[in-house]
Amino acid sequence: MTRARPPLVEARGITKRYGPTVALLDTDLAVEAGASHALVGRNGAGKSTLVSVLTGLTRPERGTVRYDGEPAPPLADRAAWRRRVACVYQRSTVVGELSVAENLFLGRQPVTPRGRVISRRLMRRRARALLDEWGVPVDETARAGGLSVEDTKLVEIARALSRGTRLIVLDEPTAQLDSRAAGRLFAHMRRLEEAGVTFLYISHHLREVYEVCQVVTVLRDARRIVTAPVGEMPPGKLIEAMTGGRGGPPAPPAERPRPAGPAPAAVRLEHLSSPRFHDISLTVGAGEVVGLAGLAGSGSHQLGAALAGLHRTTGGRAWIFGRPLRTGSVPAALAAGVGCLPRDRHHEGLVAGLSVAENITMPISGRLGPLGLISPRARDAVARRAIADLDIGTRGPAEPLSRLSGGNQQKVVLARALATDPRVLVLIDPTAGVDVRAKQTLLAAALRARAEGRAVLVVSDQLEDLRVCDRVLVMFNGFVSAEYPAGWRDADLLAAVEGVTPGHG
Amino acid sequence: MGDPAASPAGPARRAALFRVRDLALLPAVVLLVVVGAVTDHTFLERDNLINILGASSALGLLVLAEAMILLSGRMDLSLESVAGLAPALGFLVVMPAASGGFGTLWPAWLGLLIIPVAGACVGAVNAALIVGLGLNGFIVTLAMNIVLRGLLIGLVSGRTLFDAPAAFFALGSDTWLGLPLCVWLTAGCFAVAGFCLRYHRFGRAVYAVGGNAPAARAAGIRVARVGWAVLVVGGALSAVAGLVIAGRVGAVNADQGSGMIFTVFAAAVIGGISLRGGRGSLLGALLGTLLLGMLENLLTLAQVSSFWIQAIYGGIILLALIVARLTTGEAQES
Repeated sequence: MTRARPPLVEARGITKRYGPTVALLDTDLAVEAGASHALVGRNGAGKSTLVSVLTGLTRPERGTVRYDGEPAPPLADRAAWRRRVACVYQRSTVVGELSVAENLFLGRQPVTPRGRVISRRLMRRRARALLDEWGVPVDETARAGGLSVEDTKLVEIARALSRGTRLIVLDEPTAQLDSRAAGRLFAHMRRLEEAGVTFLYISHHLREVYEVCQVVTVLRDARRIVTAPVGEMPPGKLIEAMTGGRGGPPAPPAERPRPAGPAPAAVRLEHLSSPRFHDISLTVGAGEVVGLAGLAGSGSHQLGAALAGLHRTTGGRAWIFGRPLRTGSVPAALAAGVGCLPRDRHHEGLVAGLSVAENITMPISGRLGPLGLISPRARDAVARRAIADLDIGTRGPAEPLSRLSGGNQQKVVLARALATDPRVLVLIDPTAGVDVRAKQTLLAAALRARAEGRAVLVVSDQLEDLRVCDRVLVMFNGFVSAEYPAGWRDADLLAAVEGVTPGHG
Repeated sequence: MGDPAASPAGPARRAALFRVRDLALLPAVVLLVVVGAVTDHTFLERDNLINILGASSALGLLVLAEAMILLSGRMDLSLESVAGLAPALGFLVVMPAASGGFGTLWPAWLGLLIIPVAGACVGAVNAALIVGLGLNGFIVTLAMNIVLRGLLIGLVSGRTLFDAPAAFFALGSDTWLGLPLCVWLTAGCFAVAGFCLRYHRFGRAVYAVGGNAPAARAAGIRVARVGWAVLVVGGALSAVAGLVIAGRVGAVNADQGSGMIFTVFAAAVIGGISLRGGRGSLLGALLGTLLLGMLENLLTLAQVSSFWIQAIYGGIILLALIVARLTTGEAQES
């Protein structure tokens, strides 16, 4: 790589804190023109903060950003930022009901030569020229909302390129794509690279790094760990950089007094299938914590949700303590003894306007008094016990849930899952977006549930969550692809989750 | 009112503070009473107050029905036509053919029973379309409102239905302990519904579904069933409201209830019921009803020209919204 001209973008010594949390610490990043750059790291490593600094959405506390050797424009000058860099986010930013051409020229539509009205003919013609220039095979008159995910990404890229930028940040572009659509997107990206576009590519999927990037930077714990050409970073090395510790000590097996004799199968699945997972057969014993690891598209979340009645299966059978489970019905799952902490607490977890006590007792509202009446005293007693058990930071059972912090809200959702005294506990992404102390409480609750003889299924791709498990099943593309007993090495597990073999390369 | 987060309030005091939002309309109500007392000396007389309560009863029942539906996160615009069509059906099946009835001459109790049943059936049809088929509730009930009004006009064909047994007018004309029966009925309905919404699992499920339906589902609440229940109960209550109107007027004609739905929504919303569901209380809805009932009475007493009464009525609803907004210090829709 020649240093003849300054990098396309260069960030130096970037530091950014959010309250007590350090999001980025003294981080450097330089993207050279023509060398697409991968940015990898676990959740919370600082990737999104770095991107928002690079795109001018966040002002760093310390450090400088330079574009083509010149200082970055002021944050308020959005047009200047748009000429330098554009980010294509996971969620599309096209207006679905408008045509592709209208989306490309949103807010800067070409006008007729004399008048001040929009010339639709001119707009269509310019759109066609733009799409042809970058080889985007999309009809400019098509409704944008009807495009495939990959075509939508290409339209967003073309829109950014038409503003003059040659640096495109892609934030997990393949998160919603199957492998064939992803392959088509990569083919387009390679062609764009040849035409002079440089990508900063953010992804969980390490395989993609090798497909489209020349250089990779690894972030971990808000710091830059390494920057190197991808040829010098085989998957094993990459994963070690992401997790820290060169083949480090195996995860310490927590003290695990296994129950004497064969544990009864609390959960038994046989050939369970749905559109999102296929032919899953597994058992979870009473008093056992089983981890289910997988990326967003692996089907692990849906498998956990299916047990809790939140996802409908299409084939196979499930038993809870020997009794057949009817999937797709939450009341049936609750009756069978399954409690669930759903994936996204804001979506399925909590009713923010209601009180802490009401949220906790929602699944047992029929048991708090005669004839379906709810005795406030009985309700608050249940809530107080849960508040004490899980150390929920609240002023009392009557406080509206919306006033609690994220970690305490999550504890309320866990309390709700435990309210029915379930024999099987399904925890989906239990520690997403919570602070360290809440994380400890939540994981300790999982271990306590095991000690009480419950079966626990932890669905997560966070290593901290999976460390409490007696064994971890890894899901990839809808199938269970590997199983690790406690004591796995981070690198091995992560490689299986990513779908790569750590040894090769 | 102070900032509750800043005050060293214990849980008990905090709980009390939350009720303040239910009473946001109280200043507006008090203001109206003062204005009424000053402008017209008959306003505070016993007969006039009873008159206000009687005149507000039907509106109150409709507001109660709509409030429950709104709290569950849905809406029903067809309630006003239910309040016209359901009592008309009850009248028609008991009236002799000579007075324009069907001539079936069913017994009075059966005719009276038909009224809430018809309302419940309309609610069930709405629920089948909205909850079952997943159609948009606004447009379904708007169309249903027009259909039901059309049916009523067709059935009545320009006549006025009045030749019915006395029982049909009892709610509006008879009194008990000095108050019209319809006032007792409305008060009773508010009390029972208010109690259930606060202390029964079904009532709390209504709030949970309105607040966050996916979370309610994940907690084992049967969301569809709650939707069916509020729409069916709302239809039945509206039918009874129609019977109250018929009793007070002494007849049913083709435009009974027409246009009331706007007043119903206004009363519910200025009473603090969120149009997005999950927030508000029946106490607030009741105050909203009383406010509008007093307003109507006051405008009549003040002999405002009937040509101007609508403009003033609407303007004062806007004013009440502003007062409620300022007293609670929070936006109704945020």
